[in-house]
Amino acid sequence: MARLIEFQFRLYVAGDTLNSSQALANLKVLCHAHLENRHRIEVVDVFRDPGRALADSVFMTPALVRVNPPPALRIVGTLTNTATVLGALGVDPDAQ
Amino acid sequence: MNSIPASVATSVRKAPTGIAGFDEMTGGGLPRARTTLVLGGPGSGKTVLALQFLVHGARECKEPGIFVAFEESSKRIVGNAEGFGWGLGELRRKQLYFLDAQPMSDLLQSGNFDVSGMLAALGAQAAAMGARRIVFDALDVVLALLTDAGARRREVYRLHEWLLASELTGLITAKAGGDKASSVGKQAFGFMQFMVDCAVILNHSVVTGVSQRNLRVQKYRGSSFDENEAPFLIGRSGLEVDAARTVSRRQARVSNERVSSGVKRLDTMLGGGYYRGASVLITGFPGTAKTTLAGTFAEAACRRGERTLFVSFDSDSNEVIRDLASVGIQLARYQKSGRLRMASARAITGSAEAYLVRIKTLATEHHARCIVIDPMSTWSRSGNESNAHSVVERLTDWSKASGITLVCTGLVDEMARQTEGGTSSLQVSTLADTWIQLSYLMQAGERNRGLSIIKSRGTAHSNQVRELILSDRGVTLADTYTAGGEVLMGTMRWEKESAERIASEVTEVASKLKRVQLAAEEAELAVRAKSLQTVLVAKRVEKALLSRTTETRTNELTRGRTAMRELRGADAAKPRRKRT
Repeated sequence: MARLIEFQFRLYVAGDTLNSSQALANLKVLCHAHLENRHRIEVVDVFRDPGRALADSVFMTPALVRVNPPPALRIVGTLTNTATVLGALGVDPDAQ
Repeated sequence: MNSIPASVATSVRKAPTGIAGFDEMTGGGLPRARTTLVLGGPGSGKTVLALQFLVHGARECKEPGIFVAFEESSKRIVGNAEGFGWGLGELRRKQLYFLDAQPMSDLLQSGNFDVSGMLAALGAQAAAMGARRIVFDALDVVLALLTDAGARRREVYRLHEWLLASELTGLITAKAGGDKASSVGKQAFGFMQFMVDCAVILNHSVVTGVSQRNLRVQKYRGSSFDENEAPFLIGRSGLEVDAARTVSRRQARVSNERVSSGVKRLDTMLGGGYYRGASVLITGFPGTAKTTLAGTFAEAACRRGERTLFVSFDSDSNEVIRDLASVGIQLARYQKSGRLRMASARAITGSAEAYLVRIKTLATEHHARCIVIDPMSTWSRSGNESNAHSVVERLTDWSKASGITLVCTGLVDEMARQTEGGTSSLQVSTLADTWIQLSYLMQAGERNRGLSIIKSRGTAHSNQVRELILSDRGVTLADTYTAGGEVLMGTMRWEKESAERIASEVTEVASKLKRVQLAAEEAELAVRAKSLQTVLVAKRVEKALLSRTTETRTNELTRGRTAMRELRGADAAKPRRKRT
């Protein structure tokens, strides 16, 4: 059953700054490796949409929000440490 | 806002903070469209300073502001600041925006991050509300999340660049051990101090149980500033900084006007009274009527219609009024009419600086022209030994600059200090323009109060010791007698006085008697002169008579002889014979 859960992510980035680019790349690699075909990523550029950052209280970028499954969860940073990120997001690294 | 003092050279436009004294120190406020760093330990007043800067901008300068709270929630900050009466609730609707940017306690972090998101959000908000000022409160909280020094430095840079580009007047606060910031090892702040245009350091220390706050402007690019530490107080309406004087900044209003000391003969001794705006020190042992003399001054000031502030450190203000009434100094009615303001402050806790700021605030509120501080020596007590003198110095400077006549009393505690030139530990005596020394003279089983003027600048003053007499009709001064090198007072003076009175009476009677005697002698002599005159006249008459008689007789004789010759026909008639 766990396989059927679709992970929805929202990644707040600040344009193509170094940290943000790294986070996006890391997220993509991670999803490709562990959540093939059951994830969705929405990228919000706070430079283009600052009002949204304010509304969502995103002050540190990059920030990853797990929208689904609930509860909402937030990780700040470049997502460098894959094991930590997976653990936090509740993704079993050996599931696939 | 206050005009910018001419002595502070500046090439930078300033954003006034509305903090009394601070704008004066910096020549007008913080550098406009630049960044200022405020460093200080916990509870040193950083947040209050930052918030006051924003509030003043929003309320007085039409400069809306944004407050970014990294540490405390905006709710708590607003709640804490409620007591200052800044009307934050009203301001929050339009001119003030609070951004809660506290990192969540369960924040997950993986790898580096930056503050670009926040800056972008703030940029949008600032543009939307037309903000001109921004505060980042407790930036250290965010920086602490960053793993390495390089990242911290990069974020500080980013923030700084953003501030410059946004042209907002920025204020960043961060926790640091005040002046010892470097030793704390917060490298990022040390580096920030170099980067920003203005750095202010707040210190809060406790010296023998007394809280001392002070503030120092560490740097200010493009502007001169007061470099000294200035004490400050978190008062009823925010920060109050007591800027130290610089020679050119405060030109004392020198006046030739005299104000009465309330004791007529003392005015005479001083050549007309104290100078308006002078600092007067009255020193003496306990019970030498220091308060009374200060009270006469206060009463005289009130009678002239001048608003007066009486600060009592020893007793409750009602006690002071009652005690002074017993020697004929009626202050109650002036207090009732509001002309006199009594303030009582026990000198048990609180720093000298706190008192100074308090007194200045009170005096300003009251529009006081005369201030009495009784006694000032309490300031040098517990924990204030080191700075009390400078506080007193600033007080006298300030009162001079404001044209306020200041009368302070000072307790002389030790007998040893009673010697000429002896001072209280405050060394106020060098600062005072007029120094009146009250003393006891022990003589013949009595203690009597003596008053002498040790110095009085710019005044020819009496060098005599006078006796100070207190009665229910007021304070009077009496001449003293010097006998055998000793000054006589009290009963001995009275005795001496009556002795002199008797002596002078005796002399007077004696001289009267002598005058009468002389008059009698004179009269007698006149009589004698008159009788002699009569005798003289008689003698003259006699003499004249005598000479006439003699002449007649001679004539008669001659005539007789001739007749005889003629009768005898003697030779005597030869010519006649010839003729015949």
